[in-house]
Amino acid sequence: MLELKNISYSVDANTHILKDISLTVDERFVAITGPNGSGKSTLAKVIAGIIKPTSGKIYFDGVDITDYSITERAKAGISFAFQQPVRFKGITVKDLISIAAGSKISVSEACTYLSEVGLCAKEYINREVNASLSGGELKRIEIAMINARGTKLSVFDEPEAGIDLWSFNNIISVFESMYNRTNGSIIIISHQERILNIADKIVVIADGRIADIGAKNKILPELLDVKAGCRFTNGGEN
Amino acid sequence: MAELDKIQRSLLEQVADIHEVPQGAYSLRINGQLFGKNSSEHIKIEKKSDKPGIDIYIEAGTKNESVHIPVLLSQTGLRELVYNDFHIGEGADITIVAGCGIHNSGSQESEHSGIHAFYVGKNARVKYIEKHYGDGDGNGKNIMNPTTVVNIEEGGYMEMETAQIKGVDSTNRTTTARLADRATLIIHEKIMTHGTQFAETHFEVDLDGVDCGTHVVSRSVAKDDSKQLYCSNVRGNNRCSGHTECDAIIMDNASVSAIPEISANHVDASLIHEAAIGKIAGEQLIKLMTLGLTEKEAEEEIINGFLK
Repeated sequence: MLELKNISYSVDANTHILKDISLTVDERFVAITGPNGSGKSTLAKVIAGIIKPTSGKIYFDGVDITDYSITERAKAGISFAFQQPVRFKGITVKDLISIAAGSKISVSEACTYLSEVGLCAKEYINREVNASLSGGELKRIEIAMINARGTKLSVFDEPEAGIDLWSFNNIISVFESMYNRTNGSIIIISHQERILNIADKIVVIADGRIADIGAKNKILPELLDVKAGCRFTNGGEN
Repeated sequence: MAELDKIQRSLLEQVADIHEVPQGAYSLRINGQLFGKNSSEHIKIEKKSDKPGIDIYIEAGTKNESVHIPVLLSQTGLRELVYNDFHIGEGADITIVAGCGIHNSGSQESEHSGIHAFYVGKNARVKYIEKHYGDGDGNGKNIMNPTTVVNIEEGGYMEMETAQIKGVDSTNRTTTARLADRATLIIHEKIMTHGTQFAETHFEVDLDGVDCGTHVVSRSVAKDDSKQLYCSNVRGNNRCSGHTECDAIIMDNASVSAIPEISANHVDASLIHEAAIGKIAGEQLIKLMTLGLTEKEAEEEIINGFLK
């Protein structure tokens, strides 16, 4: 479905963020993990079209989308959940979910998306997506939007950051039901062992390169073995 | 009574959300003349004898009624100054819809200046909606200078929604208010300017009474080469609360100035001012683009939300 070929991204001659990354994503869940500052979020932004790679190619269902804009990629079927959701003035939760769904949706449809992420739809549907919402609420709305889009490929940048434990457990079931609906692929950038645990494939990024890649059963024990806790539990925010 | 023509109907729809001559109490002024008016059982509309304009008398205790007083200008080169006075009786609860639409298809300036004075009686509630709109295919300028004077007696409440979204080349909007004990005044202003338009807006509120309060909120968008100036002065002359907020999105080569002033003349006056001017945040555009909107659509969505 998604193929990255020799993707590199440099800010200037001496600062290389991504170095020759090649990767295919066909599985249900692919987790990307690695230390803070290793280039995971940059890689997600390259997939969404927010950052243009310095070199390399990106293919989506066999089509070269390297030069596609953010909008073109969204329309082609790529969704991206921000690590730090954006706030707006005057735009409501319902507005955003309607835009995400691509049509005016009924309150009961919006309700389904919101209740899946543990929010009471009636309380939130007409709220403005502004500074009055907490980080955790915004994060859930962000996930609800991706769910409403229902595209073939969804990329989540640290969806668990800032979410409490109760909803954290729910996130996993949200991903599972999202997969059931879209039959597509879900890429999740995460440090959390419990999220890595649902992955079919794990990609470990370190210093802008792929340090390791393979099936969960192979990679996860290695990661836990090397330095239990370090890579997963430092709560990284990058 | 004569029929409205197509241009007049379209202006009426823009400023008052109605398609025909309104029901109930109304006064419709077209091209400098009173086109028609109607009083209702509790609302009397009388033409002024000494100057252009009308007096609107709302009986004490009138509930859930509305008054429409739109003004339309579809003849180029017309200039007028109109005085409308609203006398709202004690305990009344009403909605007043005013507004001015100019369609200028000629080359001369069209100008409408309205001075609206509100006398809000004890414990009365008023919702006042005012829209200004201009269009036209000529190069004559559309000018509107609305002045609003508000006096609210003990326990009275007035909410004013004022919007100027399109087509007004030059405007100087002045609102002054004086509040008695426990009176409340809420103002929401929305302005969007484009081209080479200029919009200037002044709010002066005197919080004279004990426990009176005001919220003055202005949101504006300045596009192209347009210019905006926002000035407000809220004076706390008693135990009272006042809050003003001006929030502007600036685009292209526009310029926006905000000059807020709050003055406390009493130790128990509590006054707050907030002001912000900035362009649309890049991350807001990117977010909406990842949902499938083009950059232009994303921009419109952000502005529509902001001015909603």
